Amino acid sequence: MVTENQQTIRGSFELKDVSVTYGVETAIAGVSMDIPPNAVTALIGPSGCGKSTLLRCLNRMNDELGNATVGGRILLDGVDVYAKEYDPVELRTKVGQVFQKPNPFPMTIYDNVAYGPRTQGIRKRAQLDEVVERSLTRSALWGEVKKDLKKHAFELSGGQQQRLCIARALATEPEVVLMDEPASSLDPISTQQIEDTIAELKENVTIVIVTHNMQQAARISDLTAFMLRETMEAPAFLVEVGETRAMFTNPGDKRTEAYITGRFG
Amino acid sequence: MTRVQRARFIQTLAVGITGAAAVFIIAAALFLLVYIVVRGLPGISWAFLTESPSGQMKEGGIYPVIVGTLYLIAFTALFSLPVGVAAGIYLSEYAARGPATRAIRLAISNMAGVPSIVYGLFGLALFVILLDFGKSILAGALTLACLTMPVIITATEEALRQIPSDLRQASLALGATRWRTIYRIVLPAAGPGIVTGSILGLSRAAGETAPILFTAAVYYKRQLPDSIFSDVMALPYHIYILATQVTGRPDDIIWGTALVLVAGVTLLSVLAAAWRSRQRRKVRW
Ligand SMILES: Nc1ncnc2c1ncn2[C@@H]1O[C@H](COP(=O)(O)OP(=O)(O)OP(=O)(O)O)[C@@H](O)[C@H]1O
Ligand SMILES: [Mg+2]
Repeated sequence: MVTENQQTIRGSFELKDVSVTYGVETAIAGVSMDIPPNAVTALIGPSGCGKSTLLRCLNRMNDELGNATVGGRILLDGVDVYAKEYDPVELRTKVGQVFQKPNPFPMTIYDNVAYGPRTQGIRKRAQLDEVVERSLTRSALWGEVKKDLKKHAFELSGGQQQRLCIARALATEPEVVLMDEPASSLDPISTQQIEDTIAELKENVTIVIVTHNMQQAARISDLTAFMLRETMEAPAFLVEVGETRAMFTNPGDKRTEAYITGRFG
Repeated sequence: MTRVQRARFIQTLAVGITGAAAVFIIAAALFLLVYIVVRGLPGISWAFLTESPSGQMKEGGIYPVIVGTLYLIAFTALFSLPVGVAAGIYLSEYAARGPATRAIRLAISNMAGVPSIVYGLFGLALFVILLDFGKSILAGALTLACLTMPVIITATEEALRQIPSDLRQASLALGATRWRTIYRIVLPAAGPGIVTGSILGLSRAAGETAPILFTAAVYYKRQLPDSIFSDVMALPYHIYILATQVTGRPDDIIWGTALVLVAGVTLLSVLAAAWRSRQRRKVRW
C-alpha cells in the first residue's frame, strides 16, 4: 500500500490479522484488509458478524467498552494506531464516526458542530463560524439551517439530525469517517440525501460504512467486505473483500453470493 | 368456586388491598399537612417571623431560629455538594465494576442507614472535640454534611446513569477526553436530576434534630451568629425544646415553628421540581 502520493492523499487503513475478544469470547479473528483513501468501503454481513466491532477498532472506540481486547495490527497511513504511545484521543480527530441512531448533543445546531473544534482549543468566533458553515455545507444541511443556527438540535427532523451528526464529525477535518448503518433509522428521502452526501464526501475523505442494505452497498461503495460468523463457537471472519461491482456481479465465494442474493442473513 | 371464579376473586382482592394502601398513604399525608397548617397558622404573624423569642420563650418570634437553620443548611450544602457530586461522578463514570467499587457502594448505603443520633455523637467526637471547632455552625454543618452525602452521591449516580450512552460515545468519538465529555455533555444534561436529589437530601437535613443536638444547636441565644464558630438556634431543636423543656407548652409557637419548617422544606422541593420540569422540556432525548 505504499505509494508515492501517500504524502498528499491521507486516510488509508491497513488491517493485519485483526481480532477482537470481549472478555473470553472472541468475536472476530484473522481480519486482514486494506482500506483505500478517498473511497467508500462497505462492510456487509449478517447481524452479529462483528461489523460494528471491526468499525470500532478503527477509531479505538472499543477501548471505551472496558471489556474488549484488540489483537493484530492496524495502520493508519502507515502508523500503528494501537502502539503504546499513540493517543486514541488524537486518533479520533482524524477518524470520525457517525452512529446508527442520530445522537446530537442537547444544545444548539451551532454548538453541536463547533464541539469538535472547540475541543481542539479553537476559540475564535470567526474561525468557528467558518468551520460550522463549511461542515454544514459538506453535509448538505447548510441551506436548511443557516437562518437558525441557534435553534436547539432536537427541533430538527431525524434525517436533519443525522446530517447534523455528519457535519459534527466533519468539523474536525477527519481523514476518515466511519458510519455504522447511518441511514437505517431514516425515511427513503433522508436516506437518499445521506447517500448523496457520502458520494460527495469521498472526494476528500475515506468512508467506511456498515450497511444491511445490499442495494445501498452496491450504489454507494467502491469496495465491499463481506464478514460472516458461521457458528457461535468460532469467531467471525472476513470471507472476501473486493471491488463492489465485481463482488455483486460475480462473487468469488458462494457464501457471498448466497448473502447478497438474500438467501440468508 | 371454579378455578376461574377463584382467580377473579383473588384479582378483585388484590386490587382492593393495594388500592386501599394507596388511599391510606394519600390520606395520611393530607391529614398530616392539614393538621400542621391548622395548628400552625394561629401562631404565624409578621412579628413571629421577624422577632426574637421573649418572655421565657413563651412569647415573641423565631427570627434567630430561622436564621440559624438557614446558616446550617447553606454550609451543609457548601460542604456536601462538591464532595457528593464528585464521588457520584467517580462512581458512575470512572470506577471499574469490581470488588472495590462494590465495597464503596456498600459503604455508602450503610452510611445512609446509620441513625442520625449516631452522626450526632460522631460529630461531637470528631468536629467539636477532636478538631476543636466547639459547638458551632461549622461542626453542625459538617455533621449534617456526613448525613446528606450518601443521598447526594446516590442522586448524582442515578442522574448520570439516566444520560444515554449515545451522547458519551458521540463526544468521545469527536476526540474529547472522558473529563471533557463529563463536564460539557453529561453533567449539564444530568444537572436537573442532581439538583432535585440533592435538595431532597438537604431538606431532610434541615429537619434533623439529633445531629445538631451536640454539635451546633443551643437552647437560647440573644444575638445572631457572627461567624461559623458561633453556635445557633435551629428550627427542629427549637420545637424539641419548646415541647419538652418549657413549662406550660406554648402550643401556638410550637406549631407555628413546625409550619415554618415544613413550609420552607416544601417550598424548596416545589422550586426544585418546577425547575426540573422546565429543564426537561428544554433537554429531552
Ligand atoms: N460490548 C460488547 N460486549 C460483549 N460482546 C459484544 C459487545 N459488542 C458486541 N459483542 C458481541 O460481538 C459480536 C459481534 O457484534 P457486533 O455488534 O460487532 O455485530 P454487528 O455485525 O455489528 O451486528 P448488527 O448487524 O446486528 O449490528 C456479537 O456476538 C456480540 O454479542
Ligand atoms: Mg452493528
